[in-house]
Amino acid sequence: MPHEISWSHDLDNALRTAGDKLILLDFSAAPM
Amino acid sequence: MYTDPRVVEFVKRNVVPVRVHVKDNKNEFKTLADKYDAHWTPATLLVDSSGTERHRIEGFLPADDFLSQLALGTAKAAFAHQDYSSAERLYREVAERYPATDAAPEAQYWTGVSRYRATNDAQALKDTAHAFGDRYQESTWAKKASVWK
Repeated sequence: MPHEISWSHDLDNALRTAGDKLILLDFSAAPM
Repeated sequence: MYTDPRVVEFVKRNVVPVRVHVKDNKNEFKTLADKYDAHWTPATLLVDSSGTERHRIEGFLPADDFLSQLALGTAKAAFAHQDYSSAERLYREVAERYPATDAAPEAQYWTGVSRYRATNDAQALKDTAHAFGDRYQESTWAKKASVWK
């Protein structure tokens, strides 16, 4: 789907691979 | 917030999205909520690759406001990394693209600061103070800039 975000749930991996990009860390309680 | 196509596009282009859900990722949520002092949802943090928080959005926002805050966060990160010419450009984009949001007067303020940092020319601060005479006169950021006149 073009209009969906593919969320990771692994911050450590994101920190290792983000490079120059920022990480958007979303704390959520919304229905998944 | 994340169903708006503009938000999806921004996220895909500019950031690495990580979600911790209070129920579905219980252990990660507890660890990270404690680490980042995030005890209310939704809470959206922009974190750089060192793990340092650069911006935080707490509570729901409509898409335009949310986008403006995400863009503000990317500008803040550039400023924090002392990339002042990029910060100036990014702050200016926030003020131009989202003029009706709370982020706009803040971005206008920091556009001037970034330009000053990049050029060491105090005229950038004076120009910013005078620009607040045209827009956002009642904002906190106008008060902060008033000292530069």
